[in-house]
Amino acid sequence: MSPTFEELSVGQDIGSSSIEVTRQDLVKYAGASGDFNPIHWNESFATSVELPGVIAHGMFTMGAAVQLVTDWAGDPAAVVDYQTRFTKPVLVTDTTGSPEPGAVFDVSGTIGALDADARTARVDLAVVFDGQKVLMKAQALVKVA
Amino acid sequence: MVRADPDRLEAMTINPDLQGRSYPAAEVYDVGREKIREFARAVKATHPAHFDVDAAKGLGHRDLVAPPTFAIIIAQRADAQLIEDPEAGIDFSRVVHADQRFTHHRPIFAGDRLVAELHVDGVRAMGGGAMITTRAEIFALTDGDGREPVSTTKSSILVRGEGQ
Repeated sequence: MSPTFEELSVGQDIGSSSIEVTRQDLVKYAGASGDFNPIHWNESFATSVELPGVIAHGMFTMGAAVQLVTDWAGDPAAVVDYQTRFTKPVLVTDTTGSPEPGAVFDVSGTIGALDADARTARVDLAVVFDGQKVLMKAQALVKVA
Repeated sequence: MVRADPDRLEAMTINPDLQGRSYPAAEVYDVGREKIREFARAVKATHPAHFDVDAAKGLGHRDLVAPPTFAIIIAQRADAQLIEDPEAGIDFSRVVHADQRFTHHRPIFAGDRLVAELHVDGVRAMGGGAMITTRAEIFALTDGDGREPVSTTKSSILVRGEGQ
């Protein structure tokens, strides 16, 4: 069920999810997006440029986190604006050959603002990995019926 | 945005004259259904409007709807013109994505033929590195050589200096 504008209030929780990431997911994202920067798939390259290890594409995290909003809105086309700052890397350890994920991050969303004239809701996303926020000012503007 | 100090940028070879530069729309990006499905799977999206044409049409759309961050494919192709420009002096291995914004004037659908114009809105020194802000204006080609605004994407990249 898609939300209607009248039933929304600022501060309202829209839900949460937990996203598991493996090195294979990063390879898939590299292929799908065309971003083949080796810091996202090659450990020795990543450490050679002074990173702690292979890190997820910021755009992978941003793209996966908005799924919560899309599902809540009921239509991906309802997301008319989406922005974030990337503040911390998501370090993805190599768990190839095991069923364990290489990283897990948690996404939760709340209504940050409502615009009655435009009938839009701003959803503020909190994306937390290893106890720290990896996205800041992650905001999706959603058109609501 | 504050103009970069040329002396500090010179130390890391980023060209301060990049600011204000534009790269015109180059190749056309044809949005295919399988690409929308592939990208949606890659960001772990499961909404049926990305996968099932009937589900998309049921929501009133003409074809599969791209996920909200799909435009990054087109935006980063446009960015590549800058990053690969030898005059820019950007070492891609030291590039970190700092922020990103998508403003959708309308959704992207399968069947769209998209072009992007790239604008370099800002270049400034940051620590021993440089922050470069770009904007891609993405248009759909329409019948009769028209262009319809689809998305505006804004992106800042940090080119890390030594020890950053």
